[in-house]
Amino acid sequence: MKGISRAGWIRLLVVALLLLALEGACRAGWIDPVAVIAPSQMIAGAWHLLASGKYTRPILLTLSNVAMAAGLAVATGFAAGWLLYRLPRLRRAADPLLASYYAVPTFIFYPLFIVLFGLNRWPLVAIGFIFAVVAMALNTLQGFERVPRVLRRTARAMRLSTREELVRIVLPSCAPHLFTGLKLSIVYSFIGVIAGEFVLSGAGLGFEIAFAYNSFDNATMYGLMILLLGFVGGLNMLLYSWERRLYLRRGGR
Amino acid sequence: MNPRPAGAAAVAPAPGVLREPDAAAPHAQLRGVTRVYPAAPGGQPVHALGPIDLDLHRGEFFSVVGPSGCGKSTLLDVLGGLAVPSAGSVTFEGRPVAGHVPDGIGIVFQEDASFPWLSVYDNAAFGLRRAGMAEAEIRERVDHALSFMGLRAFTGAYPAQLSGGMRQRLCIARTLVTRPRLLLLDEPFGALDQQTRLLMGDELLKLWRDTGATVLLITHALDEAAMLSDRVGVMSARPGVFLDVVATAWPRDRDSNIVSDAAFGRITGRLWSTLRTESLKSLAFGQEAALG
Repeated sequence: MKGISRAGWIRLLVVALLLLALEGACRAGWIDPVAVIAPSQMIAGAWHLLASGKYTRPILLTLSNVAMAAGLAVATGFAAGWLLYRLPRLRRAADPLLASYYAVPTFIFYPLFIVLFGLNRWPLVAIGFIFAVVAMALNTLQGFERVPRVLRRTARAMRLSTREELVRIVLPSCAPHLFTGLKLSIVYSFIGVIAGEFVLSGAGLGFEIAFAYNSFDNATMYGLMILLLGFVGGLNMLLYSWERRLYLRRGGR
Repeated sequence: MNPRPAGAAAVAPAPGVLREPDAAAPHAQLRGVTRVYPAAPGGQPVHALGPIDLDLHRGEFFSVVGPSGCGKSTLLDVLGGLAVPSAGSVTFEGRPVAGHVPDGIGIVFQEDASFPWLSVYDNAAFGLRRAGMAEAEIRERVDHALSFMGLRAFTGAYPAQLSGGMRQRLCIARTLVTRPRLLLLDEPFGALDQQTRLLMGDELLKLWRDTGATVLLITHALDEAAMLSDRVGVMSARPGVFLDVVATAWPRDRDSNIVSDAAFGRITGRLWSTLRTESLKSLAFGQEAALG
């Protein structure tokens, strides 16, 4: 296949060998099927779940929650990053908070969000949002800071207005950082929403996985996990390939 | 020219080498220009430049040499409208330049200013597209400029795929397509090796002859200044003022072969004799600053 490097083939081979080993161990009865089922059964379970349509609603609920959390995080994070760039005093005040942000277990705010938003999807969206927003803000800030001074001088030498400078020079120049922020925001939103559903919610893909686990329904649990991993993995690969293309054009590897 | 400061070494014109500058009306003019940077917290204001008087004649090639930190780039910024002088006046084609880059001035910086997200072609076409020019004319101008700078075979490439010299040529091409009447070059070949610089100098001379633009070149390299210029201004250590202006009397169709001309050695010798004391002053100042 064109486009896959030697390292990529080795990675694929390692994953395939591990799956084959797990398949063999499960079929030989070396692993208790109450704990883990064979990968082929997981995939068959995932396909069955998709085909039955029974889980379409929770899947769509989770994806829409993630989309809302990521969308809000990207928009708010971009605005916050820009403000931090423009207001150095604000940045100095916020620096210690930003540095220790991810040390805070954000899930402790779930009860507060329920009080604020009620028992609906919004507390989960809020969890995904607060998990993702700072990643976008920090990458935006870094992107703005790393626009080479000579490009700003070039904008002035070309008589660009402030708006033109922002749209034609600054944003394209910091695009790789913005893209990294976007990628992280989507991933963190997924983590926040799924983990929130798993532990705290009564609906969504995370809740269904937890429910299947508590019911010893391995086929459903692993099937849902495979669906989730496939979706997140596929999305991540897509974002990674776009990011790589962006960096390659600029001389990265 | 501003008067020679007290104590500055007097440099007599070398017979047969110098010629008087063009007597035509100045294309660009600086009168009593100074630039003082405001004090940083707890510090003193920095008097970077001036007072400077300078007439740039239409179609001439004028270079500025001086020790590090003497205000050469500040001079270019003020002349190009990127910085406002603290005192004095700047005019281009008779109109005041007041903190904005006037139409007709093109600026090339020392650092790589190519846009990494655009192809070579799109980089070169950037200014023209922004000006709303018809695509057919853009293509004609860009093709011509890229051919002229030896980049015609790389139109689809991205700057990351080019060498440093090629990227600098791209920046010159991007400025060239706008057909500037005054071209300001801030050490555009500073990052290149000596051989490439000489060859780039030839390209620059060709460009200057073909376009008829007035060129002001800021450079550290005395040989580059002596080879390329009709006149070379030698600046003092900070605050930068002109100590000497050397006219070279080279023919207009010169190229890098003039480095083997006996007059070339005399010109660079004269530039260095003025510059040496100033460079020592600049060095001593830097050492004092480093020692606190």
